[in-house]
Amino acid sequence: MQLDARIPSGPVEEKWTRRQFDMKLVNPANKRKYNVIVVGTGLAGGAAAATLGELGYNVQCFTFHDSPRRAHSIAAQGGINAAKNYQGDGDSIYRLFYDTVKGGDFRSREANVYRLAELSLNIIDQAVAQGVPFAREYGGLLANRSFGGAQVSRTFYARGQTGQQLLLGAYQALERQIALGTVKMHNRSEMLDVIVVDGRARGIVTRHLVTGKIEAHMADAVVLGTGGYSNVFFLSTNAMMCNVTATWRAHKRGAGFANPSFTQIHPTCIPQGGEYQSKLTLMSESLRNDGRIWVPARAGDTRPASDIPESERDYYLERLYPSFGNLSPRDIASRRAKEMVDAGHGIGDLKNGVFLDFADAIKRLGRDVVSERYGNLFEMYEKITGENPYERPMRIYPAPHYTMGGLWVDYDLETTLPGLFCIGEANFSDHGANRLGASALMQGLADGYFIAPLTVGNYLAEAPRADADASALAAQGVVKEVEARQQLLLGINGSRTVDSFHVELGRIMWNHCGMARNEAGLKKALQEIPQLREEFWENVLVPGSGASLNQSLEKAGRVADFLEFAEVMCHDALTRDESCGGHFREEHVTEEGEARRDDENFAHSAVWEFTGVGNAPVRHEEPLTFEHVPLSQRSYK
Amino acid sequence: MDLTLHVWRQAGTSAAGDFQTYKAVGINGSMSFLEMLDLVNENITREGGDPIAFEHDCREGICGSCGMVVNGIAHGPHDMTTVCQLHMRSFADGDEVWIEPFRARAFPVLKDLVVERAALDRIVQAGGYVSIRTGSAPDANATPVPKPDADRAFDAAACIGCGACVAACPNASAMLFTAAKAAHLSYLPQGQTERLGRALDMVAVHDDEGFGNCTNHGACQVVCPKGISVDYIARLNRDTIRATLGGVGSPAATAGQ
Ligand SMILES: Cc1cc2nc3c(=O)[nH]c(=O)nc-3n(C[C@H](O)[C@H](O)[C@H](O)COP(=O)(O)OP(=O)(O)OC[C@H]3O[C@@H](n4cnc5c(N)ncnc54)[C@H](O)[C@@H]3O)c2cc1C
Ligand code: SF4
Ligand code: FES
Repeated sequence: MQLDARIPSGPVEEKWTRRQFDMKLVNPANKRKYNVIVVGTGLAGGAAAATLGELGYNVQCFTFHDSPRRAHSIAAQGGINAAKNYQGDGDSIYRLFYDTVKGGDFRSREANVYRLAELSLNIIDQAVAQGVPFAREYGGLLANRSFGGAQVSRTFYARGQTGQQLLLGAYQALERQIALGTVKMHNRSEMLDVIVVDGRARGIVTRHLVTGKIEAHMADAVVLGTGGYSNVFFLSTNAMMCNVTATWRAHKRGAGFANPSFTQIHPTCIPQGGEYQSKLTLMSESLRNDGRIWVPARAGDTRPASDIPESERDYYLERLYPSFGNLSPRDIASRRAKEMVDAGHGIGDLKNGVFLDFADAIKRLGRDVVSERYGNLFEMYEKITGENPYERPMRIYPAPHYTMGGLWVDYDLETTLPGLFCIGEANFSDHGANRLGASALMQGLADGYFIAPLTVGNYLAEAPRADADASALAAQGVVKEVEARQQLLLGINGSRTVDSFHVELGRIMWNHCGMARNEAGLKKALQEIPQLREEFWENVLVPGSGASLNQSLEKAGRVADFLEFAEVMCHDALTRDESCGGHFREEHVTEEGEARRDDENFAHSAVWEFTGVGNAPVRHEEPLTFEHVPLSQRSYK
Repeated sequence: MDLTLHVWRQAGTSAAGDFQTYKAVGINGSMSFLEMLDLVNENITREGGDPIAFEHDCREGICGSCGMVVNGIAHGPHDMTTVCQLHMRSFADGDEVWIEPFRARAFPVLKDLVVERAALDRIVQAGGYVSIRTGSAPDANATPVPKPDADRAFDAAACIGCGACVAACPNASAMLFTAAKAAHLSYLPQGQTERLGRALDMVAVHDDEGFGNCTNHGACQVVCPKGISVDYIARLNRDTIRATLGGVGSPAATAGQ
């Protein structure tokens, strides 16, 4: 597997400009003769499909949802970063770049991150012009807040529904192109494989979720914006249908998978309520701006919060990190919460949470201001828990939330499979080993609006056209494979439901490849996963047929892929014998209890090559060099 | 608690449907309504049956995927709540619960509780956007927007496209949905240029798709999980009248904006 990141030469500030200038262009009159497939209609896919359509390409866009507006991006709450420096508080492109590389614990590519920071400015302009109703100040200018550990106010937001409003902007742009006929939308169509012809991605195979029809769609290039894989843990903050199928199938066809073990555990989610729970709900990180996190100082204290006097409370983040306090980065806040709960300080009936308390904020700012800032989040919390956070502190606990790992891409966002591009959370992203709050929306939109439409154009201008006969043959073959796998699933007729396997896989992953990992645990997981997979293929029960709407069959296919993918995640966590960002190996800890990186041996991205189900995958490395942000130990003390 | 469910089962769009009865046993008050259905489906599956099809994804009231009529009310008994946010503490042991799909001519049933709502997308295609190209935008702070306008635009833009308003309306009208999108854009300076044409075009497609007329019944607003106000419908009607009287883009049409 060749890993050429194709980073343009020259100073980091000029790389993207140079790259754009060097690109081959498609003659405007020829653009509509090129077919581009975009899978996914989240911020990344939706923005890319709309923009490619605007540019004049013939776009086919796919989602398994009933409408492009339902993509998981809709659920993002807190905000989107941009280095606009509208607050005049010393922000700049360079500072956002610097913060992102450092926040990612030096496991991302400088050139890409710089471009991300640069494009953040255009994103806000674009969104506002589309009518995204960002929060504003009384003077009518855009409001900002500081978010997730940033020391400048660079986060733009639309109450607690920033993802919804940004996605509706992209969705509206997409619907406009659909009306104009440049984009053909395929709703309720799940991509199940990639078609490779002469070493290039030339199409996909989909199953229509209502008619059950399995068919091939051909194109000159394929773009995947299919989101993250947090649901490998079963319980996560992601929407129920988020899954790894699209990128996993692409991986099996030759696309390298980078840093699969880099997952983010978000510190502020509502703790699990019971066995029946189907997903976890995030409480936006913005709550940490005004809420204070604490646990009872005495382990095993079961008094209600109101009965615990100040002197018997441990505001542990404020104590351990005096300068960042409650705003310390996600990985740190999560790990410390786990430590507190593991040490017996957990609160709530199941003793599985910590408090996030707004009493001081309400005293300081008044209930109205608190309600203006967080009203809808408080309502959401109350609906789920039946508890009123204006009156008693919220209960929170970390939960899987975001996946930094994904398909490896070069500077042009092209995977190791030529003609296959990958954008948004689905790629291995610009976030290294830890993503900063409000940076996923930024990356998805930078990839979708501003990068992929140009780099895909460059690819189209350079690549040879496909041979029609070879394409037809390849398509037929892949369709047959997909059909056969479906028949296999339907024919097992075992005794365990799909969900029961998913729950069990989630438990293995959470216990051994979750917030803290160690060699013994990972090795254990590597034994348990193949066993569970074997049982799945012998004993899963998928009712119904493939010829109509069958939600069990849909789930079965996704869980089957998770059962393969989980293994490479554990291999990755095991071979990365260091701690960095969200990847916390218990063997590698500083005296202060922080992650200890090993830059000598691990300043690289690990890129995995598929060698067959159950076979050990091959690990490749893309070395990372840091010219602008000097390697240093993160310190948030 | 134990409940008795009467669930609408329908194999496909052209198949006949009917209510089937299921027991939901050992339900915990902090489960969500959809988690209760998950449990029932696990049992149906294990017993060799066909689980109840229903749409859902985010399970936190924002994606608009879920939607069913619970005891006669779209999204169930609580105001400002999608069915995925409904919790079983709202029910009591022994309750009978009737569960049906959102019914409307423009929302054909695909299976059980799953309906096709793509007609709502086509209303947006008719003009529910600002026509700008990627990369052509001026600086975001070049046009200040008074905070009250931005807030009003946001209130309208909070619509999740669930279609409950259609299901609740005796005329199966989607005017609340349509008006919310039009209002979102019409409160903002960016949305002014295309405002009247947008109003006319979206309403025309709304009617063509087989949604009924709005007769100010107000049931939509009651079930809307996002508190979208019927005042937007009046606002949209004013825009369509103005557009028809003055002709789109004429000075009479744009006066007073
Ligand atoms: C609760 C929550 C809150 C968040 N808040 C923030 C925040 O405040 N700020 C921030 O920056 N980030 C936030 N994030 C992260 C951010 O929302 C996501 O990383 C981002 O939206 C991902 O966008 P995407 O376009 O890459 O993928 P998604 O939005 O997940 O879209 C994936 C798309 O791919 C489609 N798809 C997937 N697989 C297939 C297939 N096989 N066939 C067909 N279609 C397929 C889906 O239908 C969907 O359309 C949050 C995440 C969560 C879970
Ligand atoms: S107006 Fe309300 S009920 Fe109608 S689609 Fe929007 S959110 Fe749903
Ligand atoms: S499942 Fe998303 S709104 Fe109910």
